[in-house]
Amino acid sequence: MRAIIGHYHPARLVWQRFLGHRLAAISALFLICLASLVLAAPLIELAFGLDQARVDIFNNFAAPSVQHWLGTDEIGRDVLLRLLAGGRVSLLVGLVAAFAGSIIGTSIGLLAGYYGGRTDTMLMRLTDSVIALPLLPLLIILAAVDLTKLPLPAGLAQSDAVSLYRVILVIALFGWTTVARLVRAGALTVRARDYVTAAAALGVRPRAIMVRHILPNIISPVIVATTLSIGAIILLESVLSFLALGIQPPMTSWGNMLTNAQDLLSTNIFLAVYPGLMIFVTVIAFNFLGDGLQDALDPRAIRR
Amino acid sequence: MARYLIGRLAGILAVLAVMSFVIYGLMGLMPGDPIDLMIQANPQLTPADGARLKALQGLDLPVWERYANWLRAAVSGDFGYSRNYHKPVFEILAPRLGNTLILLGVSIGLAILLSIPLGVWAAMHPHSRRDHAVNMFCFAGISIPPFWFAILLILVFAVGFDLVPASGVASIAGGGFFDRLHHLVLPVTALTLASLAGHTRYMRASMIETLRLDFMRTAYAKGVSPTRAIWGHGLRNAMLPLVTVIALDFGALFSGALITEQVFAYQGMGRTIYDAIMNNDFNLAMVALMLATIVVLIGNFLADLFYVVLDPRISYRDVGAI
Repeated sequence: MRAIIGHYHPARLVWQRFLGHRLAAISALFLICLASLVLAAPLIELAFGLDQARVDIFNNFAAPSVQHWLGTDEIGRDVLLRLLAGGRVSLLVGLVAAFAGSIIGTSIGLLAGYYGGRTDTMLMRLTDSVIALPLLPLLIILAAVDLTKLPLPAGLAQSDAVSLYRVILVIALFGWTTVARLVRAGALTVRARDYVTAAAALGVRPRAIMVRHILPNIISPVIVATTLSIGAIILLESVLSFLALGIQPPMTSWGNMLTNAQDLLSTNIFLAVYPGLMIFVTVIAFNFLGDGLQDALDPRAIRR
Repeated sequence: MARYLIGRLAGILAVLAVMSFVIYGLMGLMPGDPIDLMIQANPQLTPADGARLKALQGLDLPVWERYANWLRAAVSGDFGYSRNYHKPVFEILAPRLGNTLILLGVSIGLAILLSIPLGVWAAMHPHSRRDHAVNMFCFAGISIPPFWFAILLILVFAVGFDLVPASGVASIAGGGFFDRLHHLVLPVTALTLASLAGHTRYMRASMIETLRLDFMRTAYAKGVSPTRAIWGHGLRNAMLPLVTVIALDFGALFSGALITEQVFAYQGMGRTIYDAIMNNDFNLAMVALMLATIVVLIGNFLADLFYVVLDPRISYRDVGAI
């Protein structure tokens, strides 16, 4: 009996439906490999005495060789190692900003959906306004703000990594709207259920009701939306870095490897192709993954 | 109707007021204060001169007073001079706004005209081979970095085959209608792809749901031909989600226009905003950003109006106001 129940455990069904979505399963495998590779890159560099930042100006635009599998760039840095270093940054930005945006969106959506009335109207107007704004010009201003004019610790405003924190913060600040709408819609329906009324009658505090009783029941679309937003954020980061407003050198990202891509078209096409290809493949993998999760988590979804 | 329009207008003005203050505040935080730049460029100016100049221009006031001054001047029609072009801001922006509206208009039109048949065509046979092909195209379209796609277009069609110009709005010698059209080919292609992929997905999903509804079965049962049932009965209903997406998409579309204009050196608003911010041209950046916001908000508004026209069941009161 237990074996049969185990066989039909919801988590197991979700897992089976997910594996049934072949592209999503392959994407998940690819992303796990990519993440392991970019995380292992510093160790590989250490073990073999390589350095992605090492400049070798006499050996620039080198063709692929045993030392440099994908050749070298315009100042002689190893392209493969830079791709791995850039991937580490791009994935980090995607994951952290998506997670942060998702938390902001969940909070706003829960508050709007649970309290309803004027709170709801106000928060949703805010959400609609943020969605309606021309995002990129705004991000450009935020990215151009001189941090030394803000009351920040002096060491932070001048450190190399500050562009990384800034990109994550700026993207999370605007990237919460989809999740907020989904969570609000979910919370609106769930809050009318009897067990929520019962919890309220028993004296459970609103915060506990929202987090413990409502949220677990509406988490599936949030997971899907967050996964899909990782891809969108990696794209956005690459755009900002391409415009020289995102990740700043000496830090590498796939986007800022393409900043000079247009000039490189005449000298070495591959330098303009590899980073873009990495962004493309990674983003499409996250999109397939989100699609697969949607099918797996929502049993009513159309089976493919 | 009148009440709805007034409400919407008030909402748009409110968003504009908040936006202008936020942008104005952020501008003050950007590197390169004009007076500081002047002092650096001229060794005979002392910091005391700088302070006097700032007081003279009202730059030592707190941010809200400076904003109030800017707003007062703006309302009376004085938007200031561009620091880099030495011309009134509007003289620079007017032709560029035109260029951007052409780029946006053609791209939106193309994306809508192509996504509807493509989405319907895929939806007619869900999970068939053609549906999968359309689906793959859509995934690729929303996943490709827009600037990279633009660069690939240049690489293949401008550098490789030399079919179309790689950049600019028109030839330097000046050109007629066809010359401008020729210059539009690559930017429009680049800008259309992203929205085309997104819109096609919505169109397909919405059409699949519509085809299952009772009124479609009724239409078939009373002998309406499949073509007429889909295009005459189904499409109008299936269009609604697409219109919502188009309305919400205006902001994203403008972002896409900025990237496209940047890569193709197309003299439009997006490129102007980028250059103005990068070169500390505050007056120009401020007004250009406000114009961009207005374009986006009006686009949203028009799409909402169209929504009501398309579906008589929805009244003006149901459509949210911002």
